[in-house]
Amino acid sequence: MTEREQERMQQLLKRTVRPVADHAYAESRHDLWPGMLRRLEAKPAAVPWFDWVLAGGVAMWLLFSPKAIPLLLYYL
Amino acid sequence: MLVVEQPSDVLRQFSHGDLDAFEILFREHQGEVYGWIVRIVRDPAAAEDLTLETFWRIHRAHARFDPARSFGAWARRIATNVALDYLKSSRPEMDLPDDLVSPALPDPAVTEELRRTTARAFTRLPAKLRIAATLALIEDRPYQEIAEALGISVSAVKVRVFRAVRFLRDELKRQGIEP
Repeated sequence: MTEREQERMQQLLKRTVRPVADHAYAESRHDLWPGMLRRLEAKPAAVPWFDWVLAGGVAMWLLFSPKAIPLLLYYL
Repeated sequence: MLVVEQPSDVLRQFSHGDLDAFEILFREHQGEVYGWIVRIVRDPAAAEDLTLETFWRIHRAHARFDPARSFGAWARRIATNVALDYLKSSRPEMDLPDDLVSPALPDPAVTEELRRTTARAFTRLPAKLRIAATLALIEDRPYQEIAEALGISVSAVKVRVFRAVRFLRDELKRQGIEP
């Protein structure tokens, strides 16, 4: 693919998807601090038991199949 | 992008877990972090939630923050990771909000069908490529800034942009459109 093709695709993208800087959405009008305080006061969610089982299963799988590590990393 | 830096005592207090210092930093950087995230995820409501998630992670990691370094750059890096997680977990073919799709202009080279097809192909981009393409090609952010936010080299950003463009071109060709 040439540089010219890349520029053409960029132009097409810009005509398709509006840059956020041009939009009122570029800035939030809400004060998010109250929401932050609520979040800080809430207890962190406990990790469900099946997540631990899943993590253990993946760890065992990687232990016995180390060749799968690059594959796993690729999809992360 | 404007980067506001705080006096070092605020940063030091924050790194020791002081909530007042955290509030000062939150209020100072909330707009900047939100603006960065909304450019990536292109959804204002989600961007507000992700801004809170970013500052939540920042608060949890306060002990790892080095007050000698830039808080703004650190926050942007965390915000980018939060936005990346969001894009990975969101539905790949979810349409862009209508008001973030460019309005139809009397441009004979770009038909309505082409715009819609391109927008849909754009939402199918893998998250890592989509972030690079969004920031570099649509938002025109400098490659160096994108590289710092993603924690990769400028060359790696260029490779991702190249792969994103190739992906879009192939997607359009599959739809019978020669870009």
